[in-house]
Amino acid sequence: MHERIVTVANPAGLHARPAARFVRAAAAQPAEVAIGRPGQDTVPAASILSVMTLGIGPGERVVLRADGDGAQEALDALATLLERDAES
Amino acid sequence: MNVPDPADPDPAPGTVVRGYPAGAGRATGPVRWTAGPVPEPDPDERIAPEDRAAACERIRAAAQTVSADLAERAETARGACAEVLRAGALMAVDPTLSESAVGLVTVRGLTPQRAVHDAAATAARDLRSLGGYFAERARDVLDVAARMVAVITGRPVPGVPLDGGPHVLLARDLAPADTATLDPRTVLALVTAEGGPTCHTAVLARSLGLPAVVAAPGIDRLAEGTVVLVDGSRGTVTVMDPAAGVCPDGAGPAGTAGHGPRGLPATAARRSPAPSPAGPGRTLDGTPVALLANVGDPEQAAAAARSGAEGIGLFRTEFCFLDRTAAPGIEEQAAAYRKVLDAFPGRRVVIRTLDAGADKPLPFVTAGDEPNPALGVRGLRTARSHPGLLADQLTAIALAARQAAADVRVMAPMVATAEEAARFAALCADHGLDEPGVMIEVPAAALCAEEILHPVAFASLGTNDLAQYTLAADRQLGRLAELTDPWQPAVLRLADLTCRAGARLGRPVGVCGEAAADPLLARVLVGLGVRSLSMTPTALGPVAAALAGSTLGACAAAARAVLRSGGPEQARRNAAGPV
Repeated sequence: MHERIVTVANPAGLHARPAARFVRAAAAQPAEVAIGRPGQDTVPAASILSVMTLGIGPGERVVLRADGDGAQEALDALATLLERDAES
Repeated sequence: MNVPDPADPDPAPGTVVRGYPAGAGRATGPVRWTAGPVPEPDPDERIAPEDRAAACERIRAAAQTVSADLAERAETARGACAEVLRAGALMAVDPTLSESAVGLVTVRGLTPQRAVHDAAATAARDLRSLGGYFAERARDVLDVAARMVAVITGRPVPGVPLDGGPHVLLARDLAPADTATLDPRTVLALVTAEGGPTCHTAVLARSLGLPAVVAAPGIDRLAEGTVVLVDGSRGTVTVMDPAAGVCPDGAGPAGTAGHGPRGLPATAARRSPAPSPAGPGRTLDGTPVALLANVGDPEQAAAAARSGAEGIGLFRTEFCFLDRTAAPGIEEQAAAYRKVLDAFPGRRVVIRTLDAGADKPLPFVTAGDEPNPALGVRGLRTARSHPGLLADQLTAIALAARQAAADVRVMAPMVATAEEAARFAALCADHGLDEPGVMIEVPAAALCAEEILHPVAFASLGTNDLAQYTLAADRQLGRLAELTDPWQPAVLRLADLTCRAGARLGRPVGVCGEAAADPLLARVLVGLGVRSLSMTPTALGPVAAALAGSTLGACAAAARAVLRSGGPEQARRNAAGPV
């Protein structure tokens, strides 16, 4: 199990468009990825409804967990996306 | 010409269905209906344990079908709408949705359609409880579920048809998302049974340059494939003789051919495009009338410049604030405004300050507990509770204005009193913005136009809201379309009062509502004293042509005749008369 804490850069937080981008990227990973608030339950990162229902706002810290093949690479890719994803 | 008879299921050629003009231009083609809403699946039906595994497979298959369909629609959709559709494609195959539906089938024996319906209702409720823009996505989940239910039950999937050749699209009503996914290459015109002249369908149809007629309940009896002529300038839909649509080479009637992408006779499907204006707006005898564009983002501003607009009469700044949980910073706003200003160097650009509330709620501004949001804290009123928001926006506008070459002015929406106008003007002066203006869209503002115009430099009539508030009729309600018609004499008398006050004080009065996009009404407004008309760019050509064909005297005569009219129909006839 690999784990990383990152700060969400998108000024809209993690909903609708940014969430869709994140979920697409997560679903493309061979590893199982979960996302949540530090110290709380996580949800599957490949589920847009679960990710949106977290209600993550801009500047919030989230924990990413990955398990299985390519877990480290998955965390690298998704952390970069969350930390750099500007409003587009 | 005859009116459709309810007893006659198949209207004869020549039958005219009347509605409200909502997008100039004419088009002929076979009609296609959008599918209506999917009925709610029976909550009490149960399926036998041995059938449940197959039912679960149907849910998973429907999820894949709907996801693929939404992804395909996203390919042809534009901008934000494409993003919404892509998110919908993800939702359809979201394990949270389909696996909780599968659970309801396996454990409780619900039908697959009811299970999808209930699973989506739960997901929608979770999103709604988060409020703001998360809550808005609740509708998307329900829409995705309705599509899955349609696939499972073998009903037509709600929404606009994707396949087939050029057609006139008919609908009871269209959601803004439907209108935004229309492909103007295959949709020749839009006709809805509901909606009003200023509804979102009308606004979007105009921005796409599609002829459109709304509030035409008589279309209910037009069968799929009937060939019609839509006149979006007069608000009529005329049933054509199918024989007239037969090709010389003997192809079938246009109505049947319309289902295939290629088989349509050339004569049966066509649209006459609206021409572009040939230069600055002026009447036949040379009085200049600035023909400006209404725009909502940098992309539209660039398109407006290409279509010959002389400037921007209404730049809606909401795009900067939508889809966010907090207001954007000053630098970010300034950069966004700058992109719009750069499309019109040396030209007039009127920036409207944030118009949040009512039909455009923002989570960080709008209180969710207003029983009547149209009469709530919206427009300039939000500055009372959030003064920093307006101050920051004016700072950003001033910053962008200093960096750009455009002639920048600002105006405030929903001003109701002279005190509000004076306060806004003072605030603009504090920010170095010395050409403040106000929108006149509340009857009180028109009635006290002289006092309201005194502290500011100009006014712009927002005829959509002015009609809604003057006639006390919701502009989204198709049943009340007759009341929210900008041709209502009461609305035009308020416009007249405003123009007279403007003339006495030397303050120019413009129009930036949909009224400005109606060529016949544009002449009337010029006759009342309006010297700038701001509209969706596709309307510029027809309006320019109408003005170029009328002297100022003819416009004034039309205006006098209209002010004396008893109702919108008589007003239209009177306006057409004196020329």
